[in-house]
Amino acid sequence: MTITATLAGRGRISPSRARLAKYLRHATGVAVFILAWELAGRTGLISWLPAASTSLARVAQLAADPAFLADLASTLTAAAVGLPLAVLVAVPVGLLLGTVPVVEEMTRAIVEFLRPIPSVALIPLAMFFFQPEINAKVALIVYAASWPILINTLYGVRDVDPVATETLRSFGFGPGAVIWRVSLPSAAPFIFTGVRLAASITLILAISVEYVVGGAGGIGAFLIQASTGIGADAMVDVIATLVWAGLVGLVVNTLLLRAERRLFRWRHA
Amino acid sequence: MIATLVRRLWLAPVLLACWELLARAQASPYLPAPTRIASWMYERWFSGPYVLTEEAVDNFVPSLVRVVGSWSVAVVAGVALGVAIGRMAWLSDYVDPLVEFGRAVPPPAMLPVFLVLFTMGTQVQVATIVFGVVWPILLNSIDGARNVDPLQLETAAVFGVPARLRLLRIILPSASPKIFAGLRLSVSLALILMVISELKGSTDGIGYLLSTASNNADMPGLWAGVVVLGVLGYALNSLFLMAERRVLTWHRGARRTA
Repeated sequence: MTITATLAGRGRISPSRARLAKYLRHATGVAVFILAWELAGRTGLISWLPAASTSLARVAQLAADPAFLADLASTLTAAAVGLPLAVLVAVPVGLLLGTVPVVEEMTRAIVEFLRPIPSVALIPLAMFFFQPEINAKVALIVYAASWPILINTLYGVRDVDPVATETLRSFGFGPGAVIWRVSLPSAAPFIFTGVRLAASITLILAISVEYVVGGAGGIGAFLIQASTGIGADAMVDVIATLVWAGLVGLVVNTLLLRAERRLFRWRHA
Repeated sequence: MIATLVRRLWLAPVLLACWELLARAQASPYLPAPTRIASWMYERWFSGPYVLTEEAVDNFVPSLVRVVGSWSVAVVAGVALGVAIGRMAWLSDYVDPLVEFGRAVPPPAMLPVFLVLFTMGTQVQVATIVFGVVWPILLNSIDGARNVDPLQLETAAVFGVPARLRLLRIILPSASPKIFAGLRLSVSLALILMVISELKGSTDGIGYLLSTASNNADMPGLWAGVVVLGVLGYALNSLFLMAERRVLTWHRGARRTA
């Protein structure tokens, strides 16, 4: 009886059951990790590590902590202002460089030199140029987030089917119409991938500026305060904030990935 | 030949000249002229007995060692773990959410953990870089190792190819394009984490030079630090691309014939 049942089950597992089994394995993995963390913290195996229960309780407490929520909002606001600005800057520049080879050729050397500068190296300079700190934060986010969007736009435009652009051109459409009707739509999936990459850079930059400068509020500023506490307490706060930062990153990334799949389903089909 | 070079490079000198004129006209302390930055760099860093001065050696070398060393550790750990996880299908379902979470944590947020643990010094930089950079490598290695063509592996198994050779000749080569995609992301991230961990928790390194220059409002010093980091980033990226081209030549060739 049981054998036939398992055989039948193995023969065709319904997709929903397979998905359920997968989610169960995901959950088991997370549970085992948390259990190991708890044990390592409780037994003192890793002396500095606060137990999982203590840390996760603090994570939950932070959700009701007005100071933390204000800092979280400040980081997210800077990211939400900076990312669209970066799109507004980088997409037109990318379209220009991608469609006019002369401009691309003469700016290539400059782009190749500016791109590898690690953006956090500009934090101290930005502090002198942009006041108050929030402006420096947004300016740096725009600068750093522009690069992946610019590069992806450039590649996307280069990848456009020349037959399509030539066809439009031979029907008498001007360059603006060709860009608007062909180049931009067919580069859109590339551009969106650039935006998704830029979103994680946005968070990195926001937290870096906040953490280095201190006066800019945000999760980074919260981390400074948390880590100036003493010993084990400081570690609990720092780890709880870290978990929050990870959750924010995960949500942002998942949302953008979903949007990308939904918007550009036609491309994979 | 010269005409193409001129056509490609004329804009940079023109911009530098404009900057120079603007800086001299304005005489603003925040915007030092390029010549001033260059002479500052020469005096402080490049006028030593063997080109580099003592200050340059004492700060450039630790930074370079940290970023290259930590990146190498992360590469070895990430690729080894990733290939192992990717080849064990049952395991990847269990660790997937953990790896996804690890990657989603903005790496600079881990810096305070290591600052609380080690307070200062090279350990902080190494830990921050390794833990920040390992995720894209790990994720791509898992992905690459998981999608090895089963036909090749089965053929190798039928012919009794030993496991070590199967790893070196089939699994690693076929995962390498994915792995290199992860490595490319990790190079620039390693540099970013080096700078930020030196800005906050170090007593030497290029990031430390930046933070002292910033405390002294030494504008030429700040610009000089940015220039040096740009050159370093450019050099590391070019080295990496060269290595990638070497290793992946066969891949491009194979794709062209396919």
